[in-house]
Amino acid sequence: MEVGRSIPRVDAADKVSGRAKYTDDLCPRPVLEAKILHSTIANGWVKSMDISAAQALPGVVKVLTCFDVPDIQYPTPGHPWSVEKGHQDVADRKLLSRRVRIYGEDIAAVVAEDEITAQRALELIKVEYEEYPVMLEPEQAMAEGAVAIHEEKPDNVLAKMDLRTPIADDRYENVEQVLDDPQFYQFRGHYATQQVQHCHIENPVSFAWMEAGRIHVVTSTQIPHIVRRVIGQALGIGWGNIQVIKPYIGGGFGNKQEVLYEPLNAWLTTQVGGRCVRLDVSREETFQNTRSRHPISFDVAAAVDKDGNMMARSCTAISNQGGYASHGNAIVANAITGFRQLYPDRIGHHSTAYTVYTNRPAPGAMRGYGIPQCNFAVECMMEDIALKFGFDPIELRLKNIMPLGYVDPFNGITCHSTGLAECIQKGREAIGWDELREKYKDQTGPVRRGVGMACFSYKTGVYPISLETSSARMVLNQDGTIQLHLGATEIGQGGDTVFSQMAAEAVGIPTEDVHIVSFQDTDTAPFDTGAYASRQTYVTGKAIKKVGLEFREKLLSYAAELFPEAKDLTISERFITDGAGEKLISLEELATTAFYSLEHSVHITAEGTNHCKENTFAFGCCFAEVEVDIPLGKVKVLRMINVHDSGKLINPALAAAQVHGGMSMGIGYALSEDMKFDPKTGRLLNGNLLDYKMPTSMDHPDLTALFVETDDPSGPFGNKALGEPPAIPVAPAIRNAVLSATGVAVNTLPLSPQKLVEEFTKGGLIGHV
Amino acid sequence: MYDIGSIYQATSVADAIRALQADPAALVIAGGTDVLIKIREGKLAGCSLVSIHELTGELSGITLADNGDVEIGPLSTFRDVTFSPVIREKIPVLGEATDMAGGPQLRAAGTIGGNVCNGITSADSASTLTALDAVMVVRGPAGERQVPISQWYKGVGKVDLAHDELLVKIVIPREHYEGFTGHYIKYAMRNAMDIATLGVSCLVKLSADKGTAETVKLAFGVAGPVPMRSPAAEAAVSGLPIGEAIEKIGKAALGDVNPRTSWRASKEFRLQLVEELSGRALREAARKGGAAV
Repeated sequence: MEVGRSIPRVDAADKVSGRAKYTDDLCPRPVLEAKILHSTIANGWVKSMDISAAQALPGVVKVLTCFDVPDIQYPTPGHPWSVEKGHQDVADRKLLSRRVRIYGEDIAAVVAEDEITAQRALELIKVEYEEYPVMLEPEQAMAEGAVAIHEEKPDNVLAKMDLRTPIADDRYENVEQVLDDPQFYQFRGHYATQQVQHCHIENPVSFAWMEAGRIHVVTSTQIPHIVRRVIGQALGIGWGNIQVIKPYIGGGFGNKQEVLYEPLNAWLTTQVGGRCVRLDVSREETFQNTRSRHPISFDVAAAVDKDGNMMARSCTAISNQGGYASHGNAIVANAITGFRQLYPDRIGHHSTAYTVYTNRPAPGAMRGYGIPQCNFAVECMMEDIALKFGFDPIELRLKNIMPLGYVDPFNGITCHSTGLAECIQKGREAIGWDELREKYKDQTGPVRRGVGMACFSYKTGVYPISLETSSARMVLNQDGTIQLHLGATEIGQGGDTVFSQMAAEAVGIPTEDVHIVSFQDTDTAPFDTGAYASRQTYVTGKAIKKVGLEFREKLLSYAAELFPEAKDLTISERFITDGAGEKLISLEELATTAFYSLEHSVHITAEGTNHCKENTFAFGCCFAEVEVDIPLGKVKVLRMINVHDSGKLINPALAAAQVHGGMSMGIGYALSEDMKFDPKTGRLLNGNLLDYKMPTSMDHPDLTALFVETDDPSGPFGNKALGEPPAIPVAPAIRNAVLSATGVAVNTLPLSPQKLVEEFTKGGLIGHV
Repeated sequence: MYDIGSIYQATSVADAIRALQADPAALVIAGGTDVLIKIREGKLAGCSLVSIHELTGELSGITLADNGDVEIGPLSTFRDVTFSPVIREKIPVLGEATDMAGGPQLRAAGTIGGNVCNGITSADSASTLTALDAVMVVRGPAGERQVPISQWYKGVGKVDLAHDELLVKIVIPREHYEGFTGHYIKYAMRNAMDIATLGVSCLVKLSADKGTAETVKLAFGVAGPVPMRSPAAEAAVSGLPIGEAIEKIGKAALGDVNPRTSWRASKEFRLQLVEELSGRALREAARKGGAAV
């Protein structure tokens, strides 16, 4: 069995030894350097720009401004293109913009012989602005008379959704009547999340040049085929005129599931005669000008019967979209859907969602795609309901979790397998929940401990909301090994390794005999939309399995030509064997024969597409034990255990590593990470890794990853999503642990020390401030 | 990308002073952990630098003078201070404080001289040096002068150091450390790679029976625009039984400090930390001195 083995990553040696090539390692030197001029206002217009001094600076090749760019608006999210106009992404961005929508808007670019000259030239550009009031919050942007950030949306509401599930009890006409029915426990809550960023190690760098009349771009992206499409759209040229190459990348987490500066860079090279232009962005620019996770506020209501059955809920979510649509309403739509799905209501559910333009840097996709936000709301809500009405928090959840066979009433996504109850049980035992809850029951004193938990559900890929398609190609080598070509991308998550294992499994050869072509080149890589939505092991896995089985059949049928008498041919230990287990010919000899046979020469290859029309739910939970230093507002995470049902694990060691990384992100989301803005200017105050408080290794407890392996009938190898899920339940688990330690419910993220001191003071735990 | 106009590599302290006299706009760079960040941010773009980085022979090293004073060369890195046998034996609290700056890489590059010459209130060595009443020895064209650390800080980012002067020695007089034990608490948003939201350094000299806090010295970083002592708290608790001193020191300190509200932390939050951490720092200092608290 190749699937299920904890083999080392196929790229491990290259990455730890520094041999692996990333975008900037491939950039030719010397190269022209591009730098971007960012606005010093957050809302308004560029009225005029004086570039004469910048243009005159020796070493400056070209200065281009928002007055020079093509008059084309294009969409940027890494979604599969929709051929139906109504489902296409919002096209609201230009390469450089006269309309200033965020502090730091891209308003001009300098191309120079070196970076310092480019930077000095930026400082010589004089800009005259017309300025409007800054609106950082949806309430400001939705207020009467607010200036429209995009003229297409005069009220700054990018989208509004209103979804009501069918009412399953004819005594009620709508959810609101259930929520008001006095026979049920009635609960109301408000929860809100903050804006955070991915903080991948490698900033989004690219370089672009022209050759043979085409534009070539090497870039740090999760989605090379989509980058190619968007460059074509942004420049108004045929997509075939563009070649995008994606080398190894230093993380993405969704930020690079967005077309960032590649279109601008592609255009810049066309403006300097096709010379190679490198566009690096600093960490500060990455914070200010690339994507982040949406702040979303939730107003929720629930009706729960005396036995703890969830009867009905409503949820109104308002998502702060910042200055550009990016992934737009898809994220809050996912959030309200996730809120609803984990605990299906017995009578009905009503959800409303708004996506609102503001002057913040535009959020986009980030690990979990709206679910970390809604999971904070729903898991705080469950804890608060349990506490308020006297239910055991775990029993309340077990009573209401999504059952096997659940079918979503809107999108039809079906629960084909679930190990959630087992996950909860496993986590409960591993952390010693029952003993600790008892032990920590009646604490006093300034330092107290608590345990908390949270559950989640997460779909696998984007079907049927969007297209799910993936292609694979396998090519035989003379020594019996194969090359595996995919459009799916390795972004640090270990994709190449599990793809190789799945190919080996399908063909019947050892993983060591699969050579994966790691870099995607849109000229040659099969089509796949890329790394996002925790989709690749599932969606790409299906393509690999399909093509692998076809490839295997081709090997066997060639063998059958060579051994016409043999019966029940199969592949075993690098040999073709017959039904009696006798070794007929090694794969190496078979391959060499196929290449060079004077009777029948053939290069054995297989290629195909799998159009995936299935989806399934992954599940899991997080248990956290914390120590709270009340007078200092400090939370120390003592232990953390995530338990996941991601179906069958392709590579258990890599799966555990994925979980560790997600837990780490969750800790930052829970306790310290928060993009802070100056309300007057709209400027991001902490857009660097000193002031933006990502936890360090010193801030982590030992992280434990456990699994419950279900065998999902819809997965190519029984597997389901795992990429994003580990980050999801951590923040509410920590929040609930702090609640259990102190009795203080904190309803907004992060649980930062100052906020905790304020909340503990309000709660009477700190007496004297 | 570092936009550096010019850099002069000084060959001696005298040479560095000459170079500074020759270029009124030049900046001194030692470990570079502050200056390079400012250059990268664009604040010092195109600057000219006089590097004293190579002057370790004259400016580095930590020694015990014949009179018992501890003398620290300003070019000693945080790590040099932390691992100095002299510091470990005589003033371990200072080595503990320098071990909390940044991360391992920064501590191997950043210098204690730079930490006090940049005039920043959050500097990890500064509150402990303030509690120790360190003496700064400064050399310029006219020779050397001594500045007690209480006179050193002149405002945010400003110290009593002329353009053509260099800090050449930090002296901790014997009577300022002998008999004291100390504890430094760096309160920050994370446990490494951070700047202090509040720094508290407390020294205590206990009575022979370990029951009384005979002399207490309390200093803060980030409780005001510059590192500062808390004379009211010191006066209020010196001479008290140690338990009582621990209980009272926090409240007593509140009158001395003047933290401000910034986006990093509110004034109220910092006051809460001042009150809470003063007592905790004294408790640990006393514990290290043998008190049963």
